[in-house]
Amino acid sequence: MKPVIVKQTKAFLKVLALAVPLILSAGAPASATPEDAGAVAHDSATVTAEASGAHAEAAAAPGAESGHSEKPGDVIMHHILDSNVFAFEPFGEVELPKIVVGGFDISITKHVVMMWLAAAIVLIVFGAVGSRYAKMTPKDAPKGLANAMEALVDFIRLDVAKSNIGPGYEKHLPYLLTVFFFILLCNVLGLVPYGATATGNVNVTLTLAVFTFFITQVASLKAHGIKGYAAHLTAGTHWSLWIIMIPIEIIGLFTKPFALTVRLFANMTAGHIVILSLIFISFILKSYIVAVAVSVPFSIFIYLLEIFVAFLQAFIFTMLSALFIGLATAHEGHDEHEAEVAHH
Amino acid sequence: MEGLGFLGAGLGAGLAVIGAGLGIGNIAASAAEGTARQPEATSDIRTTMIIAAALIEGVALFGEVICVLLALK
Repeated sequence: MKPVIVKQTKAFLKVLALAVPLILSAGAPASATPEDAGAVAHDSATVTAEASGAHAEAAAAPGAESGHSEKPGDVIMHHILDSNVFAFEPFGEVELPKIVVGGFDISITKHVVMMWLAAAIVLIVFGAVGSRYAKMTPKDAPKGLANAMEALVDFIRLDVAKSNIGPGYEKHLPYLLTVFFFILLCNVLGLVPYGATATGNVNVTLTLAVFTFFITQVASLKAHGIKGYAAHLTAGTHWSLWIIMIPIEIIGLFTKPFALTVRLFANMTAGHIVILSLIFISFILKSYIVAVAVSVPFSIFIYLLEIFVAFLQAFIFTMLSALFIGLATAHEGHDEHEAEVAHH
Repeated sequence: MEGLGFLGAGLGAGLAVIGAGLGIGNIAASAAEGTARQPEATSDIRTTMIIAAALIEGVALFGEVICVLLALK
């Protein structure tokens, strides 16, 4: 059994090795090693030199303030990655404090500020809506903001929680609602000028997925007990197959949060990369016609698509969390029921 | 030789998009057919469709993330 696990952990580590550079570069934007920065500059220089000789000047136009030439790739990465500087382009920038405790960098970065903003908006909106509901008599209908929020909350309650988790869904409703509105606000705040997409950071999405993972496991343990939980790991197969089934089931536990992580992160990052790439087409080709005919209309189209994606991804994350909780709690009961039916 | 990484990233991104497009297109076709046959099951079909599309999209985005890592290395 051990070699199998070792092999699979090795495969998992390889996947991690792909993700780690991104995570690291998100954590330490300013302190990239000089060789890396040199290699990036060199690579893009050789490729772009063939396309157009005067490319560097074209690319430098948006970053003219900084004085040195920047490649489109650098500008895109600068926009996507986390940093300690909150830039308000024509008006200057705000330095955020750098805090390091015991070797861990816990400084307040751009994405942390955006997360706090999202959390504050959620608190204020739902505080106001909640106090209005507390004052209402059963005869009153909610008005304005409370009415709008009721539609969303009811949608999550009925279409997401109740239909996926089934009986006992009320217990998980607070988490699902919180995670939905938090992700939604993080996504939407990323589309606001000067904003940054906190959910376009692997660390944020991984943390949210870890919450879902622990809630799923605890719900599963509570629903089946330790014995039922262990039995679930063998997938009800003959003992001779356990050597294969147990590692697969354990890997299966971890692929769900991993998929949640990468889905949200990649979706939120991809939109920004596409918009910036479309804008940079006009700078690379140095043409007003391309700017008017391609860059502006297409980036507006992608921007509108991004608004839809912001809602869709918040919904998908909540929906899949509810689905995983539902699978973890209801699956075994269903089997027992079938066994009973077979017995009779 | 240094351009080969970019070539690989571009080809990989295109292949991932082909796969995802075929998959999501199949789902949409089947969902439209199912809705036409059974209009009362529209909301169930839509939910199932969105979940399946999101799963396919997730797999495609794994590929795209790897391509971006390759291109920006």
